Amino acid sequence: MWRDALLVAGKDLRIELRSRVALWQVLPFAVLVLVLFAFALGPGPSVLRSAAPGLYWLAVLFSTVLATQRSMAIESGEGTRDGLRLSGIDPAGVFLGKAAAVAVQLAVLQAVLAGGIEFLFGVHIATWWLALVASVLATIGLSAAGVLYGALSAGLRVRETLLPLLVLPIVAPVLIAGSRAWSAALTGAVASGTSWLRILGPFAAVYVVVGVVLYGPLQEAA
Amino acid sequence: MKLSSTVVRVIGAAAAVSVAVTVWLALWVTPPAKIQGNLARLVYLHPPVAWVALYLAFGVAALSSLLYLWRRTRSLFWDRLAAAAVEIGVVFNALTLVTGSIWGRPTWGVWWTWTARLTSTALLVVLFLGYLALRRVPADPEVRARRCAVAALVAFVDVPIVHFSVQWWQTLHQGGTVLNPTHTLKIHGSMAWTMLLGFVAMTLVFVWLLVVRYQVEVLQDRVGDEQLEVSLAERWAEGGAPVGDGSGPGGDPQVAPVDGTGAGAAAGVGAAAGVGVAEPSPAGGVAAPSAARR
Repeated sequence: MWRDALLVAGKDLRIELRSRVALWQVLPFAVLVLVLFAFALGPGPSVLRSAAPGLYWLAVLFSTVLATQRSMAIESGEGTRDGLRLSGIDPAGVFLGKAAAVAVQLAVLQAVLAGGIEFLFGVHIATWWLALVASVLATIGLSAAGVLYGALSAGLRVRETLLPLLVLPIVAPVLIAGSRAWSAALTGAVASGTSWLRILGPFAAVYVVVGVVLYGPLQEAA
Repeated sequence: MKLSSTVVRVIGAAAAVSVAVTVWLALWVTPPAKIQGNLARLVYLHPPVAWVALYLAFGVAALSSLLYLWRRTRSLFWDRLAAAAVEIGVVFNALTLVTGSIWGRPTWGVWWTWTARLTSTALLVVLFLGYLALRRVPADPEVRARRCAVAALVAFVDVPIVHFSVQWWQTLHQGGTVLNPTHTLKIHGSMAWTMLLGFVAMTLVFVWLLVVRYQVEVLQDRVGDEQLEVSLAERWAEGGAPVGDGSGPGGDPQVAPVDGTGAGAAAGVGAAAGVGVAEPSPAGGVAAPSAARR
């Protein structure tokens, strides 16, 4: 399972490296979201500073939808899904691999976005490790839930409109816990921040397990 | 679920009678509450509706989705039951929000507050609206059933996480709430009995709706099947021979450019392409859906 996961993740990331869709479309989109939020809220530095963690995580959530859509789009053409099924790779391995590839892309995106809010909104991360742990846990949860729903809506003609409706309510806890943890990390209030990891951790664990168990029947269905 | 129409009618009648008795007790027999006055009469409606929405309907939906995915109990029965339960659940959930809002406006002064209960209930509505949207996407019944079962379970495991995160978000963010709905309201005598009857009535309504909605689902599928058969029979009667043969894109795979020099490679490519296109032949495509629907 793990070896299969590595293979699938390697394949997805190689495709991403060559096509650069994530780099030239998803990443600029995420930065654009930050800029648009600033337009919506006005240039007042205090407003932007207090809103920064929430805006950061909203940008990450929107990008998750795009990244998972992309992750499924590369399997949609020319029977590649069937190829993947025929290759005898464990469905759980496919799930973990695709989720890992999305997670790597989201990690890169978050690094850029963190720089973005520091640069654009003038905030400074006081407790680095808290922000980092929260981001890692949230990224695992987001990519697992995203890939699961991406597979669910793969091959449907309405997937572009359906996927956000399915994914965004599911990941609402990540938005809540992520922004609270990050606002604690920005102000250095470690005690109130760490309690949010108790949401992010179980969320990640639950969706990784659910994905490993349910990806098999889902792949049969498509 | 082979329930005779008599049983369904009895359930429906019981639901109607119990609702009527609840209304009578709630509006005429019970006294107004000490603090909230007539407003407290919502206690006979709002909690029973919420009970159906949050526990009964989504509980049935999650359980039947699980039973569908489990190979040994896999049957379209569970899929239809889950669909019916989610549909009722979403409606009752929306009713919970509406009755809660109507109650909240005079007692709290606002239609909506960001308390944990309200926020997570609203999120739940959106979560299962996604399920219903997925269900409306046309697909083979087996495929759709499996997709929807997975979606229901994925949404269902989110419910406790949403609940806790929203609760913490609310308490840590706003520093404790002063709003306290009627959970502290002491209930006794005729009011307690009326509320209990309200729960029974709403449960009966739920069961009746579930059975009827399930039967509608079965009928819908059957209409789909029979319509196809009827249309096919009509087409056959029209032309005397099965239609749709040879007119498709794979009609003539021999039209590979076999002429003159260097034809070997070209012919190979052409033949390969012809086979690839001809594979999903139109005749097979027509016959498949009616078989797959069973």
